Amino acid sequence: MSAERQAFIAQIMGLPISVHVRGPHARGHQVAEAVDEAFAALRLDDAVFSTWKSDSAVSRIRRGELRLAEAPVRVRRVAALCDEAADRTNGSFSAWLPGPDGRRMFDPTGLVKGWAVEQAFDALVARLGRLGDHDLLISAGGDVVVACERVDTPDWTVAVEDPRDRSRMVATIPLRRGAVATSGTAARGAHIIDPATGAAPLGLLSATVIGPSLTWADVYATTAFVRGVDAASWLSGLPEHAGVLVGEDGTIRTVSPALVG
Amino acid sequence: MRRTIIAFMSTISALVLLFSYPTSTNSAVAAATSTSAGTASAASATARSSTTTSASAATTSGGTDPTTDSAADAAADPAVTSSASATYTGDAVNTRWGLVQVQITVENGAITDSQAIQYPTENGKDRQINSYAVPQLNQETLSAQSSSIDAVSGATVTSDGYIESLQSAIDQANL
Repeated sequence: MSAERQAFIAQIMGLPISVHVRGPHARGHQVAEAVDEAFAALRLDDAVFSTWKSDSAVSRIRRGELRLAEAPVRVRRVAALCDEAADRTNGSFSAWLPGPDGRRMFDPTGLVKGWAVEQAFDALVARLGRLGDHDLLISAGGDVVVACERVDTPDWTVAVEDPRDRSRMVATIPLRRGAVATSGTAARGAHIIDPATGAAPLGLLSATVIGPSLTWADVYATTAFVRGVDAASWLSGLPEHAGVLVGEDGTIRTVSPALVG
Repeated sequence: MRRTIIAFMSTISALVLLFSYPTSTNSAVAAATSTSAGTASAASATARSSTTTSASAATTSGGTDPTTDSAADAAADPAVTSSASATYTGDAVNTRWGLVQVQITVENGAITDSQAIQYPTENGKDRQINSYAVPQLNQETLSAQSSSIDAVSGATVTSDGYIESLQSAIDQANL
């Protein structure tokens, strides 16, 4: 007998957020309420972190009206994670990006989406767990995080889109717990820049990273994409992470966890 | 060589760790529980295997930690397929579902396959631990019917682009 399944959709942070629940109460009102709360938490984070909303804490920091040290605790936590991300990626990831005037301003957007979704996901997993064994999948604009409490369900299957032809895929990933994040130019044009050069990176059409945490899979996917031709060797040094890289020349590479001792 | 094998073994531990992420059903601190239990798994999964590779034609004893408390038969004999491809078997590790033992295939320094070769068989629990998240090349046309896809990972889809996305079709099928 297959478990009940229900999808929920909301548009938050300019992204489509899809939530899939499998389990005995998937179609019940308690699950619907729990998912609504997850959406509400994401909207709250959007109000704090948006660089588009002029009254957000991050916008006020960017205008110099609020010091980071005096910002809300979630902003300081994200800023600390951004520093850690810059550290882990040797500067390939940065939350200090050139603004319109060339001056570098605080912009944690590259990390916030994955982090906020992962926070909401963890809270929802815990909450659904109190209702019984449920599986959960959240896709946020192409970044995916899953967990399985059930033992009678198939793996979640995540397809990696072909950046050259979005009606095709290049790989599938069976997953019971973990995250898949992709960085590339297909959907929005060149929205990623190399912090070192301020220019769009070369070499890859997309970089997909699979790992235990959405926050870090997302950071590492951005980093791999920024690193371009160097991405495979960099990614292969990350323990517990795998990847799929599509090059500008159409080559498709899969990268498995680090093995060289 | 020895370092390499230890690296392989720690990778197997990591694989087992991924299999064994506990998913607390009753705790509000599921994330914290996962972390501490995961660490324990990693510690108990320290490899204790012997490995042979034709590349060096040598038999090497891998990790040395005999403290694993799993009563499993941890004997591990690699099936060597070629000089560039070898199979390694980790210790059996106690997971939420019971003892799990993982075998990986390594080609040119990368894991190309992983299989749980020992796992609990009661209640069909084996199904959830028999594959690790190794991406599988699969260049099909994406459609809501294809390959039971649950989600699509790609460069960021905006709200504007959502309606025509495959994710939208998958979502609609489950509303």
